[in-house]
Amino acid sequence: EALVINDPDFQHEDLNFLSRSQRYEQAIRKSSLMVMKLREYGIADPDEIYLFKSFVHRGRPEPLDLHLGMFLPTLLTQATPEQQDRFFMPSWNLEIIGTYAQTEMGHGSHVRGLETTATYDPATQEFILNSPTVTSIKWWPGGLGKSSNHAIVLAQLYTQGQCKGLHAFIVPIRQMGTHEPLPGITVGDIGPKFGYDEIDNGYLKMDNFRIPRENMLMKYAQVEPDGTYVKPLSDKLTYGTMVFVRSMIVGDSARALSRACTIAIRYSAVRHQSELKAGEPEPQILDYQTQQYKLFPLLATAYAFHFVGTYMKDTYRRISADIIEGNLSELPELHALSAGLKAFSSWVANAGVEECRMACGGHGYSRCSGLPDIYVTFTPCCTYEGENTVMMLQTARFLIKSYMQVGSGQRVTGMVSYLNDLTRQHIQPQHVAARPVSVLINDPVSLVEAYKARAAWLVEAAAKNLQAELNHRKSREDAWNVTSVDLVRASDAHCHYVVVKLFTAKLSEISNAAVRAVVTDLCLLYMLHGISKNAGDFLQAGILTNTQVNQVNQRVKELLAIIRLNAVALVDSFDFSDNYLGSVLGRYDGNVYENMFEWAKKSPLNKTEVHESFHKYLKPMQAKL
Amino acid sequence: AVNPDLASERLAASFSVELLTASLDGGAERTRSRRAVVEAIENDPVFSQENQYFQSQNERYEAAVRRAVYLRKKIREMGWTENGPEVQYVNRCLSGDIALILHRVFMRSISMLGSDEQIAKWIPLATDYQIIGSYAQTELGHGTYLQGLETTAVFDAATQEFILNTPKISAMKWWPGDMGRSATHTVVFAQLYVHGKCYGVHPFILQIRSLQDHSPRPGVTVGDIGPKMNFQHTDNGFLQLQNVRVPRENMLSKFCEVQPDGTYVRWGSQKINYFTMTALRISVLSEEVILPLKKACTIAIRYSAVRRQSKLKPGEQEAKILDYQTQQQKLLPQLAAAYAFHFIKIYLDELFSKGYQDIQSKNFDSLPELHAFSSGFKAMVSQHGTSGVEICLRACGGHGYSLLSGLPSLYTRIIASCIYEGENTILLLQTARFLIKCFMAASAGQPVPPSVTYLSSVKPGKCPAKDKLDFLSPEIYLKAYEQMAIRLISSSAAKLRHFIQSGVDEYEAWNQCTVQLEKAAKAHCHYITVKNFVETVEKLDNEAGIQKIMKHLCDLFALHGIFSNMGDFLYDGYLTAAHMDLVTASYLDLLAVIRKDAVPLVDAFDFTDKTLNSALGSYDGQVYQRLYEWAQKSPTNQQGNPAYGKYLKPLLQNTLSKL
Repeated sequence: EALVINDPDFQHEDLNFLSRSQRYEQAIRKSSLMVMKLREYGIADPDEIYLFKSFVHRGRPEPLDLHLGMFLPTLLTQATPEQQDRFFMPSWNLEIIGTYAQTEMGHGSHVRGLETTATYDPATQEFILNSPTVTSIKWWPGGLGKSSNHAIVLAQLYTQGQCKGLHAFIVPIRQMGTHEPLPGITVGDIGPKFGYDEIDNGYLKMDNFRIPRENMLMKYAQVEPDGTYVKPLSDKLTYGTMVFVRSMIVGDSARALSRACTIAIRYSAVRHQSELKAGEPEPQILDYQTQQYKLFPLLATAYAFHFVGTYMKDTYRRISADIIEGNLSELPELHALSAGLKAFSSWVANAGVEECRMACGGHGYSRCSGLPDIYVTFTPCCTYEGENTVMMLQTARFLIKSYMQVGSGQRVTGMVSYLNDLTRQHIQPQHVAARPVSVLINDPVSLVEAYKARAAWLVEAAAKNLQAELNHRKSREDAWNVTSVDLVRASDAHCHYVVVKLFTAKLSEISNAAVRAVVTDLCLLYMLHGISKNAGDFLQAGILTNTQVNQVNQRVKELLAIIRLNAVALVDSFDFSDNYLGSVLGRYDGNVYENMFEWAKKSPLNKTEVHESFHKYLKPMQAKL
Repeated sequence: AVNPDLASERLAASFSVELLTASLDGGAERTRSRRAVVEAIENDPVFSQENQYFQSQNERYEAAVRRAVYLRKKIREMGWTENGPEVQYVNRCLSGDIALILHRVFMRSISMLGSDEQIAKWIPLATDYQIIGSYAQTELGHGTYLQGLETTAVFDAATQEFILNTPKISAMKWWPGDMGRSATHTVVFAQLYVHGKCYGVHPFILQIRSLQDHSPRPGVTVGDIGPKMNFQHTDNGFLQLQNVRVPRENMLSKFCEVQPDGTYVRWGSQKINYFTMTALRISVLSEEVILPLKKACTIAIRYSAVRRQSKLKPGEQEAKILDYQTQQQKLLPQLAAAYAFHFIKIYLDELFSKGYQDIQSKNFDSLPELHAFSSGFKAMVSQHGTSGVEICLRACGGHGYSLLSGLPSLYTRIIASCIYEGENTILLLQTARFLIKCFMAASAGQPVPPSVTYLSSVKPGKCPAKDKLDFLSPEIYLKAYEQMAIRLISSSAAKLRHFIQSGVDEYEAWNQCTVQLEKAAKAHCHYITVKNFVETVEKLDNEAGIQKIMKHLCDLFALHGIFSNMGDFLYDGYLTAAHMDLVTASYLDLLAVIRKDAVPLVDAFDFTDKTLNSALGSYDGQVYQRLYEWAQKSPTNQQGNPAYGKYLKPLLQNTLSKL
């Protein structure tokens, strides 16, 4: 970190005052420098590269992300040895700058609907690439607009007159040396977005563009010179990358929320407003119960997601070792879990970042707070790598399948094993009068059981509604569609259960007693606040009584007052440097107002004392009237 | 040509879009005149917003000033009146992307708070734009809590002047619109001191820039506060004052005055100084909250009828995403809310115009109720509207994230409404304070304002509904809302009393109950909104063509509210777990019913394509072509790529030389 922060080459003007083109240029400058410096320092370990990169770009996206994160790994996993010889070293050395072009204007999460075609021509042993409709234009890939000279393009493969589904092709798009688009290629930037100013997300239109047969990535599927298609062994393997990226998003959610909480909580300790008691000095706004109620559950959530993120990363590592040895048994559950948790955590964090911003009042709306930037950078997570609702429904499909398996007498394992008990217990709201008393609201383990019961109840309800629709003359597809609101609720409850289970499991691993005590309070707050927010489910399922819900609400407020004491220390523990945080409101030293004034003076509108529009418009208007 | 996917939606409409539009406008005549104004503005290239997504802060500001200046000309040319409906229509079609908005607030506060002489002196100057005004209340250190403002105005009897100062950094005025670069004058709110005694916050007219060369006046430091999430076109400003003197006559003195010898006289409530703000809270709702919500619904729903993704059934064409239940459950409740808020705004306007007349005749009785209304509804509508726009944004997948969809700017703009003119949590607590007072009064058998008479009808009971269709009856769901609001208010009151009786001091007790009080205030506003929707639908019985579809929307709004706050409703005991299954079933059925009219229902908002300024939401549904064409206009595609020559090329050569 110090290596980067002390390097004058990585300094620049405050990004908030730069135009989009300037931000792109700064990012490219830093990326280029970074690559050269990595070589100079001889840094090659992936984790170290990741750290170095995140300090250079202060946790922001950069135009070469897709080159490093998708283009190179795809080459490694899907290219044949010969293809690796041809492409890997030039790409590693950035002679080739690549991107990964999957999403099209008309299709995103529904990958099978992509329309780009690659038609094999045995006469010349080439593929002819086409974007046959407007909707088939590649749209969104990062680094495609201006930076890349190659792209891995996903297209429907046609050979011998038949469509063989989606395959990946290495397509050169710009002339080496001049960087001009090649004939038959139309490429450009898709214009301004909500955030991601520094990225040239691009479009790509191909018009009878020919590439040699050897440019299809052929480690798994192959097209032989005469056009014969050879099928891959398993199509599940390509899941690997998606599962990895989705698992990573859980960690990103934790980070975005931690940053926002740090800013909001520090600022709430510095900001004094109004009076709690007549005649006394204005209190810190952090002393108001409503402010605590906004921020502390989010702080607890940030910790929860941190632990879940770590768990997902570890699990992925463990399972990918199995996969290499050909053991795919755990892949379906991990796939379902990563989809659901990706959606669950990014939705919650997305809303949480906004709550933090609004908890900072008007100043949160200024770009100097850093919060608008965290939000616009984070919010596309809800859409990319699988739209959240679609993700929740994927998890639901797995849950329903597991439920059916249990119904047919099989046992299921892993996080869904609670379904094994269902058919025996037959949870019905009217039959569980004896259950509520068993929930102890101060005992994390007991609360995990309550969340488990809620998940089981909602999965069963969704499954039964689905069955009822099926019995009701509906086709499978229609039945699924009219049950999808229930299914999303079930997935949500399942993910919530997984989060509280993992959070609680973490507590016993903390050795320092004082740390364990404060993290236990956070864990309790997370769980009780979740119950309070979803009281309808717990009441309707008969898991808790009205009296207990009342106790939960009361206990939440008591916990707020307890956590208040350590709130600033708890965000300091995230250990973000001021530089990384990029926020005037969230400064470690708390000197907020002076620094806001200094920051504003640098605004482009303040470059001259009298703005030119005064001479152009206002003065003539005042004179004429 | 209209995309066939949209055309088919319109053919299936169960009602006349034109009739509904006229009803929303308040008559067919108004629809005609609105369209005429919109046409005049949109055909004038000066007002084009075509390039706004590509412009820098400086360019946006300059364009907004230019539009404001040309608009004055246009108004005279067209023979419109400054306070007439035409200007409202203009604002609607320019989406507020225009400078000098605060000039009108400046004038309004002088008209409302100024003496007759002050009005005679300043209003003509402002009307002719010989001066440009702003409204400087918020400071770096204080916003919603006005008593905490730190700017001072000390009366100097010797010279008959007030001496204005911002004594420390947190006292600096911060955020006022049009002040950073444009305004020559402003209404400054400062703590008034006379002979060493503080009389609280008062408004003063202050000149901040020279009328000759626009340079800041001596003692004045003024500038722009830098980039924000949106409002790039507005020069929100800071203002530091160092011994700046204004004559005694510049204190706005309709309701209070400092006489030459320093005697302080007041007529009426101190609160009246904030009435501008109270009224402003309501007036921002239509343009800054309800319109953006309607636009977001229009964009998202039209796009969802055009976007096809995945197959509902194997072998069929890919389905419109609007046919997915999960998509309907995201968008249709927002659409219902847009209508609910449209109607509640009409109700509030009527309430306020009556209140305004009372106040002008110095009858302040309705002030507490008006204040509670403006606070609570501003908070509820802006919060709900903001989350609605965000839901629409995220319902449009990746393309929603492109600025060209129009949704990001709608979102970043509407979220500001949760903070300005009073931070929402604090506003809800103010409403809660009013409700608690009324509840106490009602319990003691005293009379209460008409909007809260329901508080005296506490009769706990059980909901009689037996079937899911019963929940389509307004009496049934209104009762549930009423019960919940009463329960939240009465139990907050009980808890407060309990704390105080057990020795906790009043302030601490209040703070300990605020989470629940906030909830109570929201429940009250929600209840009134549902009730008003029901009453509006009843009044539509002479417009049979649209009454039915409005009834569906009203039911959806009400049941969605119950479905999403199940815990509160169940806790109440009025509804049981079994009832919740009925509510859910009824609610999901309604989604499918309203789905059929979804596109006509947004068409009825009658936004032109130029007003929407969205590649996804245009009337003709030619989404993808438009997205592609607009992207090519981006400066990133119009100019060369300097980064390649400067950085990428050297990087490649550096590598090559090392290979």
